[in-house]
Amino acid sequence: MNSQKLLPWLLAAGLTTALPSQAETYYEMSGKVTADLRYFTQDGQFANQDYDTNLSFTVEPEFYWEWNDGADTLTFTPFLRVDENDNERTHADIRELSWVHIGDDWELRTGLRKVFWGVTEFQHLADVINQTDGVEDFDGEDKLGQQMINLSLVKDWGIVDLFLLPGFRERTFAGEDGRLRAGLVVDTDQAEYESGAGENHLDTAIRWSHTIGDFDLGAYWFHGTNRDPKLVARNINGKTVLVPYYEQMDQIGFDAQATIDSWLWKLETIHRDTSSENYWAAQAGFEYTFYGIQDSAADLGVLLEYGWDERGEEADAAVQNDLFMGARITLNDAESTEILGGISHDLDYDSQSLIVEASRRIGDSWKVSVDGRFFSADDQADLSYNFRQDDHLQFTVERYF
Amino acid sequence: MTLLTNSLKAVLISSLAAAPAVVMAETAEEKGLRIAEEAKASDLGWKDMQAQMNMILRNKQGQESVREIRMKSLEIEDDGDKSLSVFDKPRDVKGTAFLSFSHPVGADDQWLYLPALKRVKRIASRNKSGPFMGSEFAYEDLSSFEVEKYTYKFIRDEACEGGNCFVVEQYPVDKNSGYTRRVVWLDQAEYRPWKIEFYDRKDSPLKTLTYHEYKEYEGKHWRPDLMKMVNHQTGKSTDLTYQGYQFKTGLSDSDFNKNTLKRAR
Repeated sequence: MNSQKLLPWLLAAGLTTALPSQAETYYEMSGKVTADLRYFTQDGQFANQDYDTNLSFTVEPEFYWEWNDGADTLTFTPFLRVDENDNERTHADIRELSWVHIGDDWELRTGLRKVFWGVTEFQHLADVINQTDGVEDFDGEDKLGQQMINLSLVKDWGIVDLFLLPGFRERTFAGEDGRLRAGLVVDTDQAEYESGAGENHLDTAIRWSHTIGDFDLGAYWFHGTNRDPKLVARNINGKTVLVPYYEQMDQIGFDAQATIDSWLWKLETIHRDTSSENYWAAQAGFEYTFYGIQDSAADLGVLLEYGWDERGEEADAAVQNDLFMGARITLNDAESTEILGGISHDLDYDSQSLIVEASRRIGDSWKVSVDGRFFSADDQADLSYNFRQDDHLQFTVERYF
Repeated sequence: MTLLTNSLKAVLISSLAAAPAVVMAETAEEKGLRIAEEAKASDLGWKDMQAQMNMILRNKQGQESVREIRMKSLEIEDDGDKSLSVFDKPRDVKGTAFLSFSHPVGADDQWLYLPALKRVKRIASRNKSGPFMGSEFAYEDLSSFEVEKYTYKFIRDEACEGGNCFVVEQYPVDKNSGYTRRVVWLDQAEYRPWKIEFYDRKDSPLKTLTYHEYKEYEGKHWRPDLMKMVNHQTGKSTDLTYQGYQFKTGLSDSDFNKNTLKRAR
């Protein structure tokens, strides 16, 4: 049985044994729908990018069942985006379809899930389990659901998570008609793998995390398919495209946060070993919060982080010698009004990007936000050179149910 | 009329009861501390508690906004309580959960779970004076009462809604508190708070909290069904109601960790 088929079978078998004998099931549905409009200040620099506005809708309901007095739960969260221009951005995913069984000091989580590891804000280096849903946004924060069997053990000396990850999710990339992409389009249909098992390779991971006084620590080892593909230029049907090539890797990672008074000190570091390279990378910095500024209820947080990659300019990562500065104003009002501004500066290529985000709640079920993203780059070797004509404002309306 | 005579009687009895203390020359500070210790002691032994907490926020124009939170707490001997709160409303923060290990002295340990990102974030607990969810309750108003958090001064005895009350001034020890002092009315029979007046950092009157509809649980634990906080400086107010109090449900340390935080919902 290949590993892709193993999981649904286990999920079904587990659920059948755990299913409620009586109708003591609690059920709940919630979720959100969103509409967002992007306004680009200029036409894109590549073919098929000659539009200024883009409208997009998403729907993400969540269905939840609980039985055995909460010892068993099932969560189903499908996701759909419909995009005006980019066929690749119009996509569906199962963000979560998982059964969790809870014991006294252990949990078994089976199915498609999302797991977050790490502490920093401007880059999520240590976060390795889930594939990036790259068409959602260019910040890499959106993730695809990952098939997994995760046994979590709570010990006096920390929480240990053991993962079996049967099957791999390919990264999503903007299509021909998408903005915020490189000049060459990534042809995801042509994806190649180092492993003979291809996308069915069984990945494994183990993580320890613990709190010791003011310190929150985590360390892990991951063995399996590298979520970050190498993009290889190929000529396919007389057209040059980028083909994703997924290598095998071993990665160890470490993350730490010290929470001292108004300071949050943060560090993430990884060592990645693949057949083509092995290197260290790190993201570190701090967040300091001024509470109740100007005798108001508002807080001002200032953030400073630095990202480093041993490979330097050879790195195919966007962050290799980059400085990040940010400020977050939280009004702490009934509408949860928040404004966030961030600048990243690439010290090797001398390029910058500026991000501004503002959001507030309206009534009990609506939320509106305005985001602005601005790029400046003039070195062709710099990855962000591709975005230099993609400055945009994004207006988002979210309705929760 | 009966009410008046009763409270008159209570005043007489309490002043008689207080008489020996006067003989022993207890200072107002010592008496204030003793009342706090007795109040804390009278509620010990609740072990664990679960309840549904709802807030109605009102601005000056009377516009309302609702918060719904489910909470679990665990009594810890010789330390502050552990608590886990889950937000149901407003809907955009549904599933957000908050884990807190409070300590009588020093910073509390606090973690926030953000369900959209599946991320657990340790947060600084310094912002005691900040508003909780945009309400008129500050974080410090909702944390458990610990004797070490204040210094005290007994002011006077006074009739109050709960019969006869001690009026005690409490001065926060923590320099990050938003208050210079709180004036607390505690009834002498059960040590239940009935009213708290809050004074801001400039010692101006800031807020008044009143407690309503007390119920007794497990034979000794009194809890209000309703707390009303009025901010005199902004004209805003928040009503905090509790429903479905349950005590001694068998919660333990293992119900308060990062794993339970992630699946709190």
